[in-house]
Amino acid sequence: MLHPRIIPCLLVHKNGLVKTTKFKDPKYVGDPINAVKIFNEKEVDEIIVVDIDASRHGKEPDYQLIEKLAIECRMPLCYGGGIKTVEQAQRIFSLGVEKISISSAAISNKALITEIAERVGNQSVVVVLDIKKRMIGGKYEIYTHNGTKATGIDPVVFAKQAEDLGAGEIVINSIDQDGVMKGYDQTLINKIREVISIPLTVLGGAGSLEDIGQIIQQHGIIGVAAGSLFVFKGKFRAVLINYPVFQEKKKLLSEYFIKTWESKKKINHV
Amino acid sequence: MITIIDYGLGNIKAFANVYERLNIKINIARSASEIKNATKLVLPGVGAFDYAMSQLNNSGMREALEDQVINNKVPVIGICVGMQMMAKSSDEGTLPGLGWFDAEVKLFDTTQIPYKTRLPHMGWNTLCLVGKNRLLDQLSDESRFYFLHSYYFDCNQPEDVIAKTEYGIEYASAVNKGNIYGIQFHPEKSHQNGIQLLHNFAKL
Repeated sequence: MLHPRIIPCLLVHKNGLVKTTKFKDPKYVGDPINAVKIFNEKEVDEIIVVDIDASRHGKEPDYQLIEKLAIECRMPLCYGGGIKTVEQAQRIFSLGVEKISISSAAISNKALITEIAERVGNQSVVVVLDIKKRMIGGKYEIYTHNGTKATGIDPVVFAKQAEDLGAGEIVINSIDQDGVMKGYDQTLINKIREVISIPLTVLGGAGSLEDIGQIIQQHGIIGVAAGSLFVFKGKFRAVLINYPVFQEKKKLLSEYFIKTWESKKKINHV
Repeated sequence: MITIIDYGLGNIKAFANVYERLNIKINIARSASEIKNATKLVLPGVGAFDYAMSQLNNSGMREALEDQVINNKVPVIGICVGMQMMAKSSDEGTLPGLGWFDAEVKLFDTTQIPYKTRLPHMGWNTLCLVGKNRLLDQLSDESRFYFLHSYYFDCNQPEDVIAKTEYGIEYASAVNKGNIYGIQFHPEKSHQNGIQLLHNFAKL
């Protein structure tokens, strides 16, 4: 049976790994390659690595780091940060990366989604949307450049456009929930889920495995990503790379996924 | 020595990384002469069926590959689209496949899939082993592998199927006929299970 994906998301800043809160206050949590080695041992489903300096400072992707990551990773790797052209994307694929994520560049130049998808296949093009809820009115809006630039674009509209343009997956990242560890923004997830039929991965807010469980229970096959949950331990946020061991994951899936979704499948077959 | 066929698509580097870690020598073949010297062949593939077939047809390596596989019985493994290319045809395209298996590649019937995201079939799924096969040595039933595809291998010869996977329907996720192997999933991205499988292929 196919399982939902539980995905650590790592942020690279000044060559180290960091974890932010609401996209601010980066706290150093370790070395990227070392973290990947630990996640290999834990047999994580997939991994997302985002260089949070590249787009913001208009830098090229750090190909040396990407190559090292790709050599180390024994699971699918999605790399994001600083990709603006098809050529950059292709160079990253040639290093052994499965998926690339684009954010700022996709929003300012939507044609890029199609261009990359045509060259490397839809399945490898991930569009990441960093989303903030407006204080007044509660409308959702896409931000770029590490949450520093408001775009005025509605993420629900853009997610659908990205799908139509050839994106293979959408990652929605809630700026408001980032690093807060109080649960995902379910309203936002529902809105996006409603309009797209390509794979969706949600990020921002996971504080416990139960938070992940709730998303899986409601949505079945979905990617559930988390940063803080997999790099911090305890209420004082001590740095400790972690991930549910096989038995924990099995329990989580049987409780929140298999019970709910096996029965739906049976109904569907009748 | 493992020869990985580079015909312009497929994640060559990922296979090279796994074999280098296992201390097994690899060669990346880009010409017919390199295929002629091969003792084990990996045919990777990512992307659309017709594109993959035309890339192989235009690579100058197809004839040498067929000679090695059909006449010299050199072990070969097709991975993902590389497996699908070994079928007679695919719903995804109009070009004929290599026809090494009596099989057609078909689009999943999405009405059988209960999720909002139906295609591609992406993520970790399990194998249901059919009998014993050296390629799947040391792998247990329900072993997890990473999958990413929208079309599946519909094999007309049940005796060629060595593992099945369920996604709406049960389909052949691993096949073997003589020296020819095909797997739908990605061993190069499937942790220890994948490394085990690639190692098994090297030991055949």
